[in-house]
Amino acid sequence: MADQARFSDLAMEHMPALYSAALRMTRNPADAEDLVQETFLKAYRAFKSFEEGTNLKAWLYKILTNTFINSYRAAKRRPEKADVEDVEDLYLYRRIGDIESTGSGRSAEDEVFAHFTDTEVKAALESLPEAFRIAVLLADVEGFSYKEIAEITEVPIGTVMSRIHRGRKALQKSLLEFAVTNGLVGSADAGR
Amino acid sequence: MGSEFGVDCGETIERLYHFLDGELTEDVRREIQEHLDACPPCVGAYGFETELRSVIADRCRDHVPPALLERIKVALVEEEQRTAAGSDPG
Repeated sequence: MADQARFSDLAMEHMPALYSAALRMTRNPADAEDLVQETFLKAYRAFKSFEEGTNLKAWLYKILTNTFINSYRAAKRRPEKADVEDVEDLYLYRRIGDIESTGSGRSAEDEVFAHFTDTEVKAALESLPEAFRIAVLLADVEGFSYKEIAEITEVPIGTVMSRIHRGRKALQKSLLEFAVTNGLVGSADAGR
Repeated sequence: MGSEFGVDCGETIERLYHFLDGELTEDVRREIQEHLDACPPCVGAYGFETELRSVIADRCRDHVPPALLERIKVALVEEEQRTAAGSDPG
């Protein structure tokens, strides 16, 4: 049983990650701020039931994710595409991994990666349908294990693995569109 | 590139994400590692995916607005006071 007085000491350090996750989930700064505040208040009230020594970050993410799904999800307001187009493995690598470097001394892929701005990567992630977006966010941005993501999102581990796998490929497809738009990759390379 | 033992390129690419995620059994992880050590094309793909993941994580960090941090601290103090006032002093 955790002492409520210690909540702030332990939980505050996770706020930047939770706020970033809230922004990706709600895609809206005002909702993200409310979601984080509600998450911290709920977590504070429930902190007595948190078992100290277990994963506090995962526990906080579970509250964040549940609160988002129950109160903030965009699907409540407008229907959202619920699936992603399936593309082959190594989708992005097969299109930009072998392009010629412009001779700056960096590899071609480093040049392309360097051109992906914060705004583009966030937009690419936020373009994924909700279930895929949350799975990829928890795995690739926050580094949770499949088992932890299954517990946070309350879905079976097989579903988690499938959402991460397909969500990653859809994310790569979206990133390639930015690379094409920015002229980093010829549309002939991409248009397959 | 095939392999006389262990896993081939197809199996390596198929399991690349699980390898990167640290979600393989020790035996399979070792087989994939041995294949990567010996196969430049697969290690190219591995390096690309590793770097891409780090770029994605890196670009998706946001700073907490100071006003939000303040708002949450105040809300927690208020909640604490409300709990203290309403609870049985024991």
